[in-house]
Order: sequence, then C-alpha cells, then structure tokens
Amino acid sequence: MNIRKLKDAFAGRLTLAAAIFSSVLVFIVAFTLYLRSEPILEVKSLGDLLLGITWMPSQSEFGFYPFILGTVYVTALAMVFAIPLSILSAVYLAEYANERLRSIILPLVDLLAGIPPVVYGLFGVLAIVPLVAGIAPLFKNSGISLLNSGSYSTGYSILAGGIVLAIMVFPIIISISYEVFKAVPFEVREASLSLGATRWQTIKHAVIRAALPGIAAAVILGFSRAIGETMAVLMVVGNVVKIPSSIFDAAYPLPALIANNYGEMMSIPLYDSALLLAALILMLIILLSTLGARLILVRIERRMHG
Amino acid sequence: MDKLREEKIFKALMISSLAIVVGSLFIVVAVIVWNGAPALSLSMITQTSKGGYYLGKGGGILNAIVGSLYLGFGSLTLALMISLPAALALQKDYIGRTKAAYYIRLSLDVLWGTPSIVYGAFGFIIMLYLGMRASLLGGIIVLTILQLPVMIRTMEEVIKMVPVDLKEASYTLGATRFETTAGVVVRQALPGIVTAVILAFGRGIGDAASILFTAGYTDNLPRSFLDPVASLPLAVFFQLGTPFPEVQQRAYASALILLIIILALSIASRALSKRFMKNIIR
Repeated sequence: MNIRKLKDAFAGRLTLAAAIFSSVLVFIVAFTLYLRSEPILEVKSLGDLLLGITWMPSQSEFGFYPFILGTVYVTALAMVFAIPLSILSAVYLAEYANERLRSIILPLVDLLAGIPPVVYGLFGVLAIVPLVAGIAPLFKNSGISLLNSGSYSTGYSILAGGIVLAIMVFPIIISISYEVFKAVPFEVREASLSLGATRWQTIKHAVIRAALPGIAAAVILGFSRAIGETMAVLMVVGNVVKIPSSIFDAAYPLPALIANNYGEMMSIPLYDSALLLAALILMLIILLSTLGARLILVRIERRMHG
Repeated sequence: MDKLREEKIFKALMISSLAIVVGSLFIVVAVIVWNGAPALSLSMITQTSKGGYYLGKGGGILNAIVGSLYLGFGSLTLALMISLPAALALQKDYIGRTKAAYYIRLSLDVLWGTPSIVYGAFGFIIMLYLGMRASLLGGIIVLTILQLPVMIRTMEEVIKMVPVDLKEASYTLGATRFETTAGVVVRQALPGIVTAVILAFGRGIGDAASILFTAGYTDNLPRSFLDPVASLPLAVFFQLGTPFPEVQQRAYASALILLIIILALSIASRALSKRFMKNIIR
C-alpha cells in the first residue's frame, strides 16, 4: 500500500519536473542570447544598430537596417499572398464543404505543413525563381516603383521568397482559422438565417465577425512562422546586402544573415555578438506575437468551454 | 438578387483559393519528383560519399540518410522521455487547472514559434562553452529542444480527450493517480501519442537550420556520439550550392528521398493510429 502511494508521489514529482524543465528552456535560450549579444550593445546604441545601413563587420560597422527591411519585405509579401487565400479556403472548408471533401482536404493541408523547409527551398529554386525571372521583363516600367523590375532580374528575389513563404504559411493560417470558424456557436448562424439572411450574408455579417479575433490570431501565428523561416527563404531570396527598392530585387533577411555567417565569424571582434543580437531580435518578435495570438485563442477557448 | 450574385462570386473565389492551396502541394511534390527521380539511383542510397563526390565523382548519400535517421531517432527518444511526463503533468488531475500550467503552456507556445536558426545559434553557443565540436550529440540535443514543444502540446491535446468517466472508474476501484495515468490514460491516448511522436519526428528529420552549426557534416558514418554527422536536409543544401550540374542533380534526388520519408511518415501515422484505435474504449 505504502509503496503504491510512494510510487504515485514520485511519478507526480517527475512529471512536474519534466513540465517545468521544458517551459524554462525558452528563458534559458533568451537569456543566453542576451548575454552573448550584450558586448555589442555596450559599444553601440541599439538605435544605431537597427537603423545603420552599412554592414562591414571587418570595420566593425554593423548596420542591421538592410536586413530588417529585407525581412519586412519578404514577410509582408508572403502575408499579402497567404492571408486572403488561406482565409477564403478556411471559410469554404468550414462553412460550405461537405464531410467527404473535408476529410480529403484537411490531411493534405497537414501534409503541406510537414514538408521540410529545404524541400520548399529547392522547389523555389527549380520552379519559382525561373518563373520570376521570366515575368520580370513584363514589369519593366509598371509605374509603381515597388513593382518595377528594372532591366534585369535573376529571379532570386523578394517575390520568389514571398511566394515560397506564402505556401509554407498556408497550412498554419488555414488550420487555425478553420478551428476558429468551427468554434463559432451554431446559434449565431441560426439566428441570422432565421431572419431571412442568405448563407453568404450569414457568413459575412455573423460568422466572420464572431471569428475575427481568432482569424487575427491565426494570421499572427502565420506571420511568426514566416518571419523566422530560414532555409527556404535563404535559398531563393538572393542574399545581397542592399536596401531593396522593388519586389524583383534581391534581399537579405535576418535569419539568412545568421545562417550564412554564423560559425565562421570567430576571427572578427563583435561579429558573433551582432549575429546573436539578430537572433535575439527575432526571438523577441516571436515572443510578442505568440503571446498576442495565444491570449486571443485562450479567450476563445474559455468562451467555448466555460 | 444582388446578394445571390455576391455569394456566387465569393464562392468562386473560395473554391479557387482552395484549388491554389491544394494545387501548390501537388506542384511542390511534382516538381521535386520530376527533377529528383531521374537522378535517383541505387548507388545513391547504398553508398557513402566518396572522395570527389562533390565534384561529380562516384558515391551516394548513405551517410546523410543514416545520419538523419540517427539524429531523428536519437532526438525522438530524448524528447519522448521528457515530453510524455510533461504532457501528463498538464492533465487536470495534476497541475492542469493551475495558473502555473497556463504559463507553462504559454512558454511552450513561444518555444514552438522560435525559429530553428535561433535554436541552432543557441546550441552552438552552449557547445562552444562546453568545448564540444559539431557532433551527433550536439545535433540530437538541439533537435530535442525543437521537438519538445510540438510533442508536449500535441500530446496534451490528445490526453485531454480521454473521457473523465474512464478515469473516475479507475479511481473508484482504488487506483492511485499514477496507476490511472499509466494504465488507463496513456493506453487510451496511445493512437494520438503515436501521431504526435511521428509529427515531431518529421519536424526533426526535416530541419536544416538548427543543425547547420551543431551537427556538422561529414562523408563518413559517425562512429560515436561525438563524431560530426551528415544529414539529408544539409545534403540537399550543400549539393545544390556546388557549381556542378551533376551534383545539383543529386541534390534534387536527395530532396526526393527526404520527401518520400516525410510522406511515408504521414501515411504511417494514419495507419498506426487507426490500428491502435482498436484497443480503445469509447
């Protein structure tokens, strides 16, 4: 009898320890990155680092601005493609599709989430980069400077990165917003339908409105996946240190900067510190967006289960 | 009748969006198969890389396949040992209802969202500090951290689904919390646990950024945990980076092998969870 109790107590402690250990990891990672990026923060101000435009580690010039801008461009473009396509798909799956279609499509969406980044990257190199290079001449003088391809594009560009990244973000936004639509109480639909609204009016005015916070959460989580994606983007985005002026330009996002230079930066002072600061910045962005999205989702879950 | 036209337009938009999403999956698979299949040969999967392999000479990527399996199974074992107890601790019978559990879940979600390149950089700092080289062990540890949040959060969802009545029946018979957890909950949640494990394994075996600095790369099979180890994602990346078309062809074939493994895992997880489903009380 006592042994059973003892076993129970021991197992309880053990599981608790495992849970605490895994949740503390995130603090360990963040703190380690902070410790190692401190040296550069002591020498230079954060503002100079974030807004500096010269990147010459050998002359101890560490301006992150081109990289931050590259990250922003690629991520924003991916979201421009992914948000409407994913949300429209999720609405269809949740509101129109029958059980059979759902049971075929949802596993495929999961599969899309499971494909490794490097495979997406190779797909980008083989299919998207040539496609972008092919259509670039059509946009020689499109009037809008952001869409101008100039005279020549290799195809390794923000546009290629944005397309590949959008495909990687589809499954995240779709599966979360699908769950959110499913969580909208059926009474909301019934009330609207009984007032004579059509199915589409019900979806537009009642269901989507009720699901809006959840959709926001889905978009935020998709964004946080996109901003940190390394390998796939690195392979198609060109990796040229400059301030991009059009989506046909090459860019050099932050994760690619870390991946390409980390491991060989030991000989240059402050170089590793600068790269780890980049990692820390990424992690803080993820931290904030995850917290925001989860707070919304937890509230929805509570409303559902009381 | 304008509202009906609007519905028609939006329905068409929705169907085309869905077609684009699903179509992109098929296009990705088709492009990889189309380019990879011609370069795929038996020697690619049965031989390790010989001298001059990256210049287009003979050999294969057995070192990368075996390396990826070592990394995958090593990190899977380690991650499972931590995440199953952790997921069980988040049950309502344990700390599930407390404020602490809320923060544990939140920090796991942040860990889940953290880019794998950040794990890679973190792992590298720790290894420098410990005086370790890039090695199998380093790769396994970093991949374990990468898989932990995926496993814990997915397992927790499955464990939550175990009917309360079943647990109560077990408690009524005088079973302790541990006996109920080990004998009823884990068994009942097994299909879902298997799915969670396979999902995490797929994430571990496919990730490149985290093992870029921590696992290294070599043409040989590792003989100990402290040897550097090759991996499939990095094989794709490095071979693609060479200027030789023959070697780039092999990158396509390596990506195809990786894709086949991922597809096989997905099918296996469905089949396995269906099979374990038989032993479940509903």
